[in-house]
Amino acid sequence: MTPVVDVRGVTKNYGTLRALDGVSFSVAPGEMFGLIGPDGAGKSTLYRLLATLLVPDTGSLTVLGLDTVKDYRALRSRIGYMPERFSLYPDLTIAENLNFFASIFGVDVKQNYDLIAPIFSQLAKFPDRPAGKLSGGMKQKLALSCALIHRPPLLLLDEPTTGVDAVSRNEFWDMLASLRDYGITIMVSTSYMDEATRCDRIAMIDHGRILRTDTPAGLVAGLDENLYNAAAPDMFRLLEALRRLPDVADCYTFGATLHVVAAPGFNPAAALARLKEMGVEGATIYPAQGVIEDLFIKLTRNER
Amino acid sequence: MNGNDTAISVNELTKKFGEFTAVDHITFSVRKGEIFGFLGANGAGKTTAMRMLCGLSYPTSGSGTVAGFDIASQGEQIKRRIGYMSQKFSLYGDLTVEQNLRLFSTIYGLSDAEIKSRMAAVMEELDMSGMARSRVKSLPVGWRQKLAFAAATIHNPDIVFLDEPTGGVDPVTRRRFWELIYRASSRGMTVFVTTHYLDEAEYCNRISIMVDGRIAALDSPAALKQKFHAETMDAVFRIVAQDAQRSE
Repeated sequence: MTPVVDVRGVTKNYGTLRALDGVSFSVAPGEMFGLIGPDGAGKSTLYRLLATLLVPDTGSLTVLGLDTVKDYRALRSRIGYMPERFSLYPDLTIAENLNFFASIFGVDVKQNYDLIAPIFSQLAKFPDRPAGKLSGGMKQKLALSCALIHRPPLLLLDEPTTGVDAVSRNEFWDMLASLRDYGITIMVSTSYMDEATRCDRIAMIDHGRILRTDTPAGLVAGLDENLYNAAAPDMFRLLEALRRLPDVADCYTFGATLHVVAAPGFNPAAALARLKEMGVEGATIYPAQGVIEDLFIKLTRNER
Repeated sequence: MNGNDTAISVNELTKKFGEFTAVDHITFSVRKGEIFGFLGANGAGKTTAMRMLCGLSYPTSGSGTVAGFDIASQGEQIKRRIGYMSQKFSLYGDLTVEQNLRLFSTIYGLSDAEIKSRMAAVMEELDMSGMARSRVKSLPVGWRQKLAFAAATIHNPDIVFLDEPTGGVDPVTRRRFWELIYRASSRGMTVFVTTHYLDEAEYCNRISIMVDGRIAALDSPAALKQKFHAETMDAVFRIVAQDAQRSE
């Protein structure tokens, strides 16, 4: 099957800053593809390249079979792009914004309303409210409606859930899941690693490089580390003590526990005995199941 | 809980803007040295509540103390005993590391001798001695964040307020930041923190979840998970906040 998005060896510099460094990946039709990485990783640059708003220094991007540089005009009407920053007209009302986007894409709101109905109907109570006066969650729903009104086969969403609370984030992912049922290919970026599990496949990106691309399960399966949880009443002392043990390769905070990356020869009972000698009282150590965040930490450990 | 062990204590704290009740009779206390997570849906009233606790806004009704001072009448004293850091704005990018620390020290009214000793101690502790003359905007995000925390705590406050300190930051840097929080707490500093990362709620000793101006849940992460039969704090949050009527 021809990929919907095919990125090959893309590099993009801003002056001396290398924003993207040899990025390659592809997205299959109907996939929900996640781009996961922190601020400054290069996510937004990649989106702007895909949306034909930037030109790569080297490499190529093919979207829906069209080249983002040569065929940018044809491509623009075929993608739905929701940038990270709210980019609707704050002085226009909800209805005016939607009609505006429909008219520049040359479509009729009615003819595509079925697609946005589950999202837009939540805003339909106040059609005359200016977009600038909406809450964050409502702005997000309106922006998504405007990005979808021309029924694009590909939706590009740049950090749609940043700064949004967990309830709204969850609702948003549910909306995306139902759009996928219409066969729309979705590329979505986030800095929340836990959201990654809602995607079919994920590319992990950091410092302009793709670290790894796989399914969520495949990523976790590729984490070949021997992980333990550790906890004690004084977590800071525990952390400092564990880092001094020779058979601990790494130790970092992980919510209610610490994650210990065991080096060969690590033995929980022996470690507990050593901790006691070091004055750490009431510690427990037990095996941990690694998650995507552990993999990200492993892959970026030596860079920071 | 009251007396010397208490860092923050509020009783029926309320803030109205006209007809709108942003914060609706909230009551809770935070003990000294505690890491207290202040969570809530967008628009639940967290920012308004935090502004009152920081002495930036006076309550419409209700009472409370922060660092031993009355929030209804002693805002200026409170400001001297607390630190505040947010992800959005914390440092001046065009100033050097040293200049930023000096600026914050001066604003907090430290003497020249105190400034000298505190700055030396902070630079040593953060392992930043080689970067004193670097401009802040040239530093990687992890260093900037450490420095912002140092600037917010340069005057050794009783309580530090952290408003979404880790938004958009990579997992390794986020973890290093939580180590700073653990260290501050283990030395007796009270940490009052908001976040949208629910996994970070697990780092806190106790969590409150605000919904529509009220505190809908307050306990340790373990107790909340047990109470709501949830495996994660994310699930707890969704159960508690799903019926929220307000948004920003």
